[in-house]
Amino acid sequence: MDPETPEHLLKTKRGEPVTMLEAISEALFEEMIRDESVFLMGEDIGVYGGAFKVTRDFLSFFGENRVIDTPIAEGGFTGAAAGAAHMGLRPVVEIQFMDFISPAYDVITNYIATSNYRGAGPQPLVIRGPVGGGNRGGPFHSQNVEMAFFHTPGLKIVYPSTARDAKGLLKASIRDDNPVIFEEHKGLYRAPSLREVLPDDDYVVPLGEARIVREGTDITIVTYGSMVHKSVEAAETMETEDGVSVEIVDLRTLLPLDEDAIVESVKKTNKLLVVHEDTRTGGIAGEIAIRVSEKAFEWLDGPILRVTAIDAPVPYSGSLEDYFLPQTDDVLKAARYLAAY
Amino acid sequence: MSEPTLGLERAGLQDLYRSLCLTRAAEERLELLQKQGHVTGGLYRSLGQEAGAVGAAYALRRRTDGTGDMLCHTIRAAGALFLFGGELIDYFRQYMAKGTSPTRGREANVHWFDFQKGFVGPVSPLGTMIEIMAGMTLSFRVRGEDRIGIVFYGDGASSTGAWHEGLNFAAVQRCPMILIVENNQWAFSTPTSKNTRVSSFTEKGPGYGIDTEAVDGTDVLAVFDAVRRAALQVRSGGGTHMIELNYFRRKGHAQHDPQDYVDPVVIRAWEKKDPLDLYRSRLLHNEWASEEELMVIEEQTFEECRVAAEAAIAEPYPEGSEAVLGVYTDVAMPHPWTRSNSPDPTLA
Ligand SMILES: Cc1ncc(C[n+]2csc(CCOP(=O)(O)OP(=O)(O)O)c2C)c(N)n1
Ligand SMILES: [Mg+2]
Repeated sequence: MDPETPEHLLKTKRGEPVTMLEAISEALFEEMIRDESVFLMGEDIGVYGGAFKVTRDFLSFFGENRVIDTPIAEGGFTGAAAGAAHMGLRPVVEIQFMDFISPAYDVITNYIATSNYRGAGPQPLVIRGPVGGGNRGGPFHSQNVEMAFFHTPGLKIVYPSTARDAKGLLKASIRDDNPVIFEEHKGLYRAPSLREVLPDDDYVVPLGEARIVREGTDITIVTYGSMVHKSVEAAETMETEDGVSVEIVDLRTLLPLDEDAIVESVKKTNKLLVVHEDTRTGGIAGEIAIRVSEKAFEWLDGPILRVTAIDAPVPYSGSLEDYFLPQTDDVLKAARYLAAY
Repeated sequence: MSEPTLGLERAGLQDLYRSLCLTRAAEERLELLQKQGHVTGGLYRSLGQEAGAVGAAYALRRRTDGTGDMLCHTIRAAGALFLFGGELIDYFRQYMAKGTSPTRGREANVHWFDFQKGFVGPVSPLGTMIEIMAGMTLSFRVRGEDRIGIVFYGDGASSTGAWHEGLNFAAVQRCPMILIVENNQWAFSTPTSKNTRVSSFTEKGPGYGIDTEAVDGTDVLAVFDAVRRAALQVRSGGGTHMIELNYFRRKGHAQHDPQDYVDPVVIRAWEKKDPLDLYRSRLLHNEWASEEELMVIEEQTFEECRVAAEAAIAEPYPEGSEAVLGVYTDVAMPHPWTRSNSPDPTLA
């Protein structure tokens, strides 16, 4: 007899709202049902259901061959995922905290990312896990890792900001024939404000397509992840207090970057602010600014600005971390400056 | 008949008990502080493992002038940190993320450093500190100093590449280093059997060509004895050693982990092997201490923790703007212009 689907994975089926974390669980679950070659590896994902419980009850449903509790060896099991991918499986590995992806940096950048180019074939695998600050996690449980991989051709990088996108993007990532690094902001996992009822069908959100969160005419904010929500807050204040109309572009996929969406929005508003939670120097704002300079310089009516974390390790103490992270007020101040420019 | 005292005087034998009590009292105080909302971030107990840290650190050369042995502890080896001179109040300041803490609120819990006293705090990525300690002890060897280093790690950490690379490097370079494997039978929810196929780390040691010994980690004197013997060899050029401490993690991985994947019967069985209870009975049985002396130690350590915690509570958190400090030795990081009075990014 087949085991019953765990209750908590049927919320969308029942028409109930889900958190971003639940949306991710549903995506994994549904993909594993749809395609037998999809399997999971990671630390404490089986018996415990993952440090954040993303894979709660997966082990009893799918069994030990498809939900593998690994030794603490990010390099080892990510490399093993690559081997399994060559043999026709579609591994999804969980990094318990994405800060600990570093031991796998070698195999990801040297092996996995170059595989298709070298003629060794595609690498259909997903490396996913929690990222981001605001949880008083200190330097090793708070980092954003996108820019450590952004410079590596051959990888895709996805970073959702809503439950709906998280589910659709994760499904698309699992079905993608390229290696995908999938970042999940732990501050968004259970955020009550992000709970939503998802479509009860097998929808996917295609990789490489940004989303216009909010239409506007005066300024464009390009952002992703947790900063989408702070940017929306700032935009709403701008609208009511300043009568300024802000357009917000949620990148959703960082690599490949949806340049068209960015350029199109800038051509409409003529002003660009990039907001990211990641640190400043070498952050994605630099890449976006140069692309806009290349493609839409004539349309700009002001400097391209950015609001980011400061260039430092992520500090532990609340006061330091709050200062370190970009806040709504920073977005507001920068956006107001641009609006007045 | 009395047991052998391993060369320890009555004061030393009682010192060990003191350190055990201090470790436990400090962690219990933390639990209280956490309930009161004073602790930033996670809290990790070493219940049942206190004797490993205490016995091992007590066997080393502890100095305060930067010429002693080096320790790298773990979150479950606070007793070693205290023995090396880590201040109780700093421990609380760290957990509370106070601006007065040794890391000025930048880093968590036992992750702090004092090279004069001879301890280097760990980082979270597991395995790394073996590499670091290999390099520290390499420097002792190449300079002909008779110092040694001791590095603690759990059983699960042994699965990392850094653990292997660091240990192999140390072994090949004959670094004067002792690796303590805190085998508490779990790595978060993963049993040791899912991190390694061998049933004891004494089977791993030979693969690195290093001497390895397993000890009962609940027995503070046995640990002291094993580390003291290993230290003697390591200090006299015997190369890297490994010591496995066998005991059990009686609490969850962190306080947020109810540990429902562990059979409660097993936990209860290990409660009978409580290192404090066991050693207390021996102290009395062998007449190394009187009941009154032990009660004084228990009361004093409790009180020290209470006083230190109260003092730490009263201290300030760091100013947020200090977040830009200390990234480099020389280059200052700019403050975001949006935090300044500047109306304009070009003026910030
Ligand atoms: C490289 C790396 N991967 C994952 C983690 C997350 N993590 C922190 S502690 C831990 C379990 C450690 O088990 P063990 O080494 O046995 O130490 P114990 O907690 O039992 O003392 C894990 C997986 C980490 N800190 N570093
Ligand atoms: Mg362990």
